[in-house]
Amino acid sequence: MPELIRVKMSDIEYGAAPDVLVTLGLGSCIGVCVYDPFLQIGGMAHIMLPDSQLARGIVNRGKFADTAVPDLVEGLNEKGAVKTRMIVKIAGGAQMFTMFGQEDKIQIGPRNVVAVERTIAKLGLRLNGRDVGGHSGRTVYFDLSTGAITIKTLQTEINL
Amino acid sequence: MSFIDGLSSIQLDALREVGNIGAGHAATALSQLLKNKVIMTVPRVNLLSLSEACDFIGGPEQPMVGVYLRVFGEAPSKILYLFPKEQALFLAGLLMGENSKIRNILGELEVSALKEIGNILTGAYVNAFANFTGIQMLSSVPALAYDMVGAILSAILVDLGEVGDYVALIETELTACELNISGHFFLIPDPGSLGTILEMLGVKGECQNSSGSKCPT
Repeated sequence: MPELIRVKMSDIEYGAAPDVLVTLGLGSCIGVCVYDPFLQIGGMAHIMLPDSQLARGIVNRGKFADTAVPDLVEGLNEKGAVKTRMIVKIAGGAQMFTMFGQEDKIQIGPRNVVAVERTIAKLGLRLNGRDVGGHSGRTVYFDLSTGAITIKTLQTEINL
Repeated sequence: MSFIDGLSSIQLDALREVGNIGAGHAATALSQLLKNKVIMTVPRVNLLSLSEACDFIGGPEQPMVGVYLRVFGEAPSKILYLFPKEQALFLAGLLMGENSKIRNILGELEVSALKEIGNILTGAYVNAFANFTGIQMLSSVPALAYDMVGAILSAILVDLGEVGDYVALIETELTACELNISGHFFLIPDPGSLGTILEMLGVKGECQNSSGSKCPT
């Protein structure tokens, strides 16, 4: 039986075929999915914020784009995945509320997208698919048998 | 690390009372608006990890209408109202008058009506709160989203993640029995505000727990 592995906010979870990694109700957060098709293993990070420099105090590395993405790739490396085979897809980064006043400037969703893409590029990885931005919450299913990503909103369902 | 240990029972009571006064006034305002009796639960004060907070009862994928306001002043906070869609539409219909048909879509008119309800309830709340604590507060223009409740909550709580992994949620349920409307009211103090509120209530120094951990101020 395929197991459904839930990836909660600021968590990084790994799995192998036939498991499915899932994150429910992504708002401005981003689900980063990395897959090795040869080993049929993958991992998902559920990042909340763009930059660990923003943190005060102890840094929870799973929370920030610039720390969580390298950790995710490193974790898969340890499981035998090879960078050149890695397929990277991201989803999320919506702006849930059309904001007002000063908060307009700090749209966290779009900033998360930029930070995640920059980190992926810095690691020398190629982004193979993205469904980001907009104003809708997303649920992301990451099927580790195929590497396919299914993104559901209240209205739509798309595959990456 | 559990923050709930960092608050003494007297502090929790004080926060519950803050929620009580606020929700009480919001309930009165709502009841006048609906011309119907509105009851409220005793507020729950929860100190949750951010991911727990987004695991709303019924699951994070449940569709909900959220009306969100910022409160500015000495104790900046966030206020969120959550209603299931049908009930939100019914509420909007009530506000727009008996002559208007309840449409089954969340159009511009409905959105505007619901935001206004958020405004009215928050106005009542903020006034009561200011009178009780002496903290001056001012609420922002409301914003509205209809989406999965997890997405709504996480988008609101995300900036708290810069400071820590925990959030204080003061939650009350408002129910208009005869109309079968039930909504959730959340007060979410910004990280520094919890301390300010406790200080104004005169219970800041009451933090005494066996583990000796510091107050989450």
